[in-house]
Amino acid sequence: MLQEESDLSLIIAQIVQKLKGSNLYAQLERQAWACLQRPEIKLESLKEDIKEFFKISGWEKKLQNAVYSELSVFPLPSHPAAPPEHLKEPLVYMRKAQGSWEKRILKSLNSMCTELSIPLARKRPVGEQKELLNKWNEMGTDEPDLSLFRPVYAPKDFLEVLINLRNPNYENGDSLSFRTHLGLIQVPLKVKDIPELKEFFVELGLTTGQLGIDDSTQVPPELFENEHVRIGQKVLAEQDGAAAQQYIRQGSPTALRADLWALILNISSQPEDILYYEQLKTNVIQHDLLVDSLIYKDVKLTASNDDYYFVFEDYLYQVLLCFSRDTSVLGHFAYNSASPPKSYIRGKLGLEEYAVFYPPNGVIPFHGFSMYVAPLCFLYHEPSKLYQIFREMYVRFFFRLHSISSHPSGIVSLCLLFETLLQTYLPQLFYHLREIGAQPLRISFKWMVRAFSGYLATDQLLLLWDRILGYNSLEILAVLAAAVFAFRAVNLMEVTSLAAAEAVLADLSTLKVMPLLQIFLFATVT
Amino acid sequence: MAGKVKWVTDIEKSVLINNFEKRGWIQVTENEDWNFYWMSVQTIRNVFSVETGYRLSDDQIVNHFPNHYELTRKDLMVKNIKRYRKELEKEGSPLAEKDENGKYLYLDFVPVTYMLPADYNLFVEEFRKSPSSTWIMKPCGKAQGKGIFLINKLSQIKKWSRDSKTSSFVTQSTKEAYVISLYINNPLLIGGRKFDLRLYVLVSTYRPLRCYMYKLGFCRFCTVKYTPSTSELDNMFVHLTNVAIQKHGEDYNHIHGGKWTVSNLRLYLESTRGKEVTGKLFDEIHWIIVQSLKAVAVSAWRGAELGWGLGRGSFGEVVGPASSWVLPRACQVNASPSLTSSTANDRILKYNLINDTLNIAVPNGEIPDCKWNKSPPKEVLGNYEILYDEELAQGDGADLRSRQGQSLGPKGGRSRDSGRTVLTTWK
Ligand SMILES: Nc1ncnc2c1ncn2[C@@H]1O[C@H](COP(=O)(O)OP(=O)(O)O)[C@@H](O)[C@H]1O
Ligand SMILES: [Mg+2]
Repeated sequence: MLQEESDLSLIIAQIVQKLKGSNLYAQLERQAWACLQRPEIKLESLKEDIKEFFKISGWEKKLQNAVYSELSVFPLPSHPAAPPEHLKEPLVYMRKAQGSWEKRILKSLNSMCTELSIPLARKRPVGEQKELLNKWNEMGTDEPDLSLFRPVYAPKDFLEVLINLRNPNYENGDSLSFRTHLGLIQVPLKVKDIPELKEFFVELGLTTGQLGIDDSTQVPPELFENEHVRIGQKVLAEQDGAAAQQYIRQGSPTALRADLWALILNISSQPEDILYYEQLKTNVIQHDLLVDSLIYKDVKLTASNDDYYFVFEDYLYQVLLCFSRDTSVLGHFAYNSASPPKSYIRGKLGLEEYAVFYPPNGVIPFHGFSMYVAPLCFLYHEPSKLYQIFREMYVRFFFRLHSISSHPSGIVSLCLLFETLLQTYLPQLFYHLREIGAQPLRISFKWMVRAFSGYLATDQLLLLWDRILGYNSLEILAVLAAAVFAFRAVNLMEVTSLAAAEAVLADLSTLKVMPLLQIFLFATVT
Repeated sequence: MAGKVKWVTDIEKSVLINNFEKRGWIQVTENEDWNFYWMSVQTIRNVFSVETGYRLSDDQIVNHFPNHYELTRKDLMVKNIKRYRKELEKEGSPLAEKDENGKYLYLDFVPVTYMLPADYNLFVEEFRKSPSSTWIMKPCGKAQGKGIFLINKLSQIKKWSRDSKTSSFVTQSTKEAYVISLYINNPLLIGGRKFDLRLYVLVSTYRPLRCYMYKLGFCRFCTVKYTPSTSELDNMFVHLTNVAIQKHGEDYNHIHGGKWTVSNLRLYLESTRGKEVTGKLFDEIHWIIVQSLKAVAVSAWRGAELGWGLGRGSFGEVVGPASSWVLPRACQVNASPSLTSSTANDRILKYNLINDTLNIAVPNGEIPDCKWNKSPPKEVLGNYEILYDEELAQGDGADLRSRQGQSLGPKGGRSRDSGRTVLTTWK
């Protein structure tokens, strides 16, 4: 009890600390001053009256949403005495592994610079700035020669690193139970089993209405859909972020999704946010970064050729180029096991006072990175709003898909969860695939790293991401990956090679994710 | 079962031939007895011309209504729709109601159009009323964007007439006939680009009218960003959505071919603009299709009882600036779907399109019989859904009411009303 109380006060202190620097704080203060003029505010009950005013005027709701949003981003309270790297990642060997992975990426980036003799960054000459400004909305038509550029890494390179992860404490064989894990991931982390998943994803159960199932053409809308839409409208009218998050566990109606997500992510698109976006844009215009070419190349290799996303090509450049300049993204490294790469001003290598983060946001894009943005283009056509939503999705979720950590939503845990689910609940399939050299994770890894973007039809992908937001967790990705294998199990039992297994699973665009998840979690005898 | 269907085609496309062969039908030449002839539009014109005067026998079926050109020629489409509106007006039909400015409330779905050279004077009069408008010139009998250009000055028309060597506008040279339509310069853009819709509609009979809409239509995007700026009027990559044009563009992508499914469009619109606007847009598109078909159904369909038509309509202009409304405009109807596949997906789509079409046109793959009830059971519709069935609509006169009715989406009203195959939108 005592422990809980002190935890609580710690959380409160942390959140207050964070909010103090925010725009909302300044606004609340201004509002409080302004309301003193009102007749209903009495000196003798000043505090109560101001609270009441905040309640009636909707500012209290805004504060609640901000607190709630902090709560979902921020990890569990750390003891004030704990070193900051514990907040990033409590396990030393994970931190080390992430560190050496970062070194590798940086090395590869630097050697590309040297090879091509291109600087990491340069100021654009004025003429070039003008030109870029003019074609801001059609950067896709520009065809610079990028043949020499290559993605810094691709998901499969990253998978190799995860496969080689070991916990030194377990090397001596004192973890007999874990030895029985026959998948590729060989580190012992606690992952949920099906009973625990059932409890965690209880709203996905057979008795709860679901968009993605109960809105199909065979089901009369009176049974679920109409009422669900009505509640959704009410949640939006109330502007209650916590309620919205609970609500979309059952899926968001298409027409309400953009607003519900914004509410949950606490994105309101104030004039100052638009201004901020414009500043980032100015920065892009003024400076040319090496990562720009990587982004450019990535969009060209992925979204530009994609049946669903090609129409949004130009939005992707805009968002991603601005993102790379956004130093506010650095904030998330407080709880990300990764650290922003540093680069040194010419001639000052190794001198900390000459170090700068590179790229300015600290995130080096890899092959497929643009697919994190692409589906959001279906929801937001206003670039600055699209940008904010993406940034928030990144610092809450997506970064976990390419950082080595022990977090339950981190990619290592997802891989392990996926493999454990298959090995435990579909042992025959698992052994068969393993036997023929088609370790399931070799196929599903790319799906999870991209949060299934580019693999599922967009409507299905959005239903999936609804649940990521609703449960504030990425574990659903591993469950879906396992459910896909279960769904194609019969065909997979017949294949005799990795290539054949890949072929069976090559096209996921016809899958309906909610029925798959529901059957896998709730209708299979376990 | 009585024998196998004997087929002929003069279009050597694998999506067709594979479909015939899959059914175990027998290929014959056009001089032998045939049951099914998939003809090009030229052939159909020859076969059913007054001179040849071919009459289909009871067990023969072709893929076009002989007078399909009533709708597929650009000038005739406009003429027929104009005439249809007048007739409805004369009958005092509520469909022909007008607003205070004399515009049809429900039937104003074709951009203002004149025939050239015939209507030159009328056109000039209209042009002078709003001299800053842009107009689009299209040869009446061509397709795939051929011969199309934009103008915004009268002098350009004069130059055109000189170049095309028509000595005077009074000469009724039908060969050189063009239509000139008001150019819709504020189209709905996605990702900054103009697009049109390619929707497939199958008509199985005109009397009574029964038509089906293929669910897997698509949008065709321009490769270059749209600008209404007159300096780009000559750049067809900005203005014409035809694949035949766009594929020559520098930025044409051969993997997706600039094609985006209608379900993507729906998802995007519903997400960014809401359900109501989206539902209304699709309702209006369906309305336009059915009204265009009705416009030609009133012309005589002698001897066409066993023809069935598969047409594709292009709704060039889903217009609407950044605000919350979108308004479709009909541009044209083509006689037959292009059977050339530009991408792998396209190929699959077209194969299935023909497959589903044959399942409706030739139930059970049996030899055609003109006495067939042309109302196939729901199971064989494949990706088609019934768009309109006059027989079922008859009697309750609810056309107008239902125009504002529920959306006919993938889950519109129709699929909901337990087993009935008719769309409530149109009933
Ligand atoms: N009135 C118009 N306003 C704007 N664009 C038009 C208009 N008419 C046609 N277009 C554009 O030109 C393209 C070709 O016109 P269309 O009438 O379909 O002729 P074609 O038979 O050559 O395809 C359309 O797909 C559309 O993009
Ligand atoms: Mg056309």
